[in-house]
Amino acid sequence: MKYMLFICADPDVKLTPEQEAEASKGTESWVKEMDGRGVRLQGDRLRPVSDATTVRARNKEVLIADGPFAETKEQIAGYDILECADLDEAIEVASKHPVAKFGVIEVRPFWPF
Amino acid sequence: MATLIRITGDWDLAEECAQDAFEKAFKRWSAEGVPNRPGAWLTTVARNQALDRLRRRANETIKLQEATALTTPSDPTDPNHDPEDIRDDRLRLIFTCCHPALPFEARIALTLRTLTGLTTAEIARAFLVPEATMAKRLVRAKHKIADAGIPYRVPPTHLLPARVTGVLAVLYLLFNEGYSASSGDEPLRKNLSEDAIRLGRALVQLMPDEPEAAGLLALMLLQHSRRRARIDSEGDLVALEDQDRRRWERDEIDEATELLDVALRKGHVGPYQLQAAIAECHAGASDAAATDWVEIAGLYKQLVAIMPSPVVELNRAVAIAMADGPAAGLVLVEALADARELQGYYLLHAKRADLLRRLGRSIEAAESYRLALALTGSDAERRFLARRLDEVTSS
Repeated sequence: MKYMLFICADPDVKLTPEQEAEASKGTESWVKEMDGRGVRLQGDRLRPVSDATTVRARNKEVLIADGPFAETKEQIAGYDILECADLDEAIEVASKHPVAKFGVIEVRPFWPF
Repeated sequence: MATLIRITGDWDLAEECAQDAFEKAFKRWSAEGVPNRPGAWLTTVARNQALDRLRRRANETIKLQEATALTTPSDPTDPNHDPEDIRDDRLRLIFTCCHPALPFEARIALTLRTLTGLTTAEIARAFLVPEATMAKRLVRAKHKIADAGIPYRVPPTHLLPARVTGVLAVLYLLFNEGYSASSGDEPLRKNLSEDAIRLGRALVQLMPDEPEAAGLLALMLLQHSRRRARIDSEGDLVALEDQDRRRWERDEIDEATELLDVALRKGHVGPYQLQAAIAECHAGASDAAATDWVEIAGLYKQLVAIMPSPVVELNRAVAIAMADGPAAGLVLVEALADARELQGYYLLHAKRADLLRRLGRSIEAAESYRLALALTGSDAERRFLARRLDEVTSS
């Protein structure tokens, strides 16, 4: 089953350089492990929400605004696409992501085709 | 291939999925290079596809499974009846209904719906919600199980301790919903306690080596045994020390005592076993004065060690007040006054009021009773506190 992982963290929480380095290294090894297991299909880090743009098409007008669509404390910092046997495996994979320690990871199944 | 066949029992499917995995491998590895363990990679990918296909097929049969799995009593004269199979299926069903990915309310509703004979309408009435709300709750939960890939199985060993805790929490909540229902309430609501006990019995049968399951059942039986003595003819709560112990159900107490003895001997003490042991201390005392409070205080000390919580600390303070006098207990209660989790918890003020009352500090006791009254939600509890407030203000 395919799952989307939304890697979310509070952008206002500043990590120390050591924490940054640890998270970065941790993510690298997480990616390597999950790729090797065949459970991670792809994924990427995203630019911060200050670089985000929202787009709506209403009444033949294209409405453009700056910033993320969600006014939440935690914002999506990256994503990964998994292929797992079941939700328990997806949960296990997500729980090992370094951001799970201080942020939150949403695990959402893909719409079946 | 063997793995695929073992898992799917379907040779055609196994072959197709193996073929697909090879194709995927060819595409991905040409672009990204061969992974460290290509065999494992192939097996994983093929297995996942097989499970996907099976799951989609199974969606239609889940309804059938649910209908037959636990609600129909197993018939030993049926030639197809295999107690092992049915036992395993019942266990799978309980763990699936109580999966942590389901919203808590849905776990309770689904457990009731699939493991007892209650209809959606009956469950709705028991929880005081409209039937449509309950129906939607159940449908969403079932969809989530299928759509999110919640596996239909007894969790693997490394996940089992946490999952068992989850199942026990659902059962205990069910029990408490029934236990806290008052006499004027919907009878189905009160029956939730009996449903919880019945499920508890089933769980103990299915997991005879899990002492906490027996601990929870013993706890529920012991609390339940007091049901005829804890509410008076007006529907008001009777404090434990004032209850007529001849109205406690002795055979339930005996059953609980036996269960607890066996469980404790396994040497894996847990919170439900400890709470049951405390309840057993009360059950074993012929009257309130004969209660072994020193033993109870000791048990609370153990409980605090494995389940640290201000609520448990509060209960321990009450036990110490009984064993060593109200002044000793009050010191501990005052120390808890700032605990964040207890703000808005009416029992903190009610217990403090009680200790102050016993020390003759009536004005302070009255103040605490008033605080408790402002915070309690139950009518029966409100009447009880109002009477106590009366006692300390009318002297």
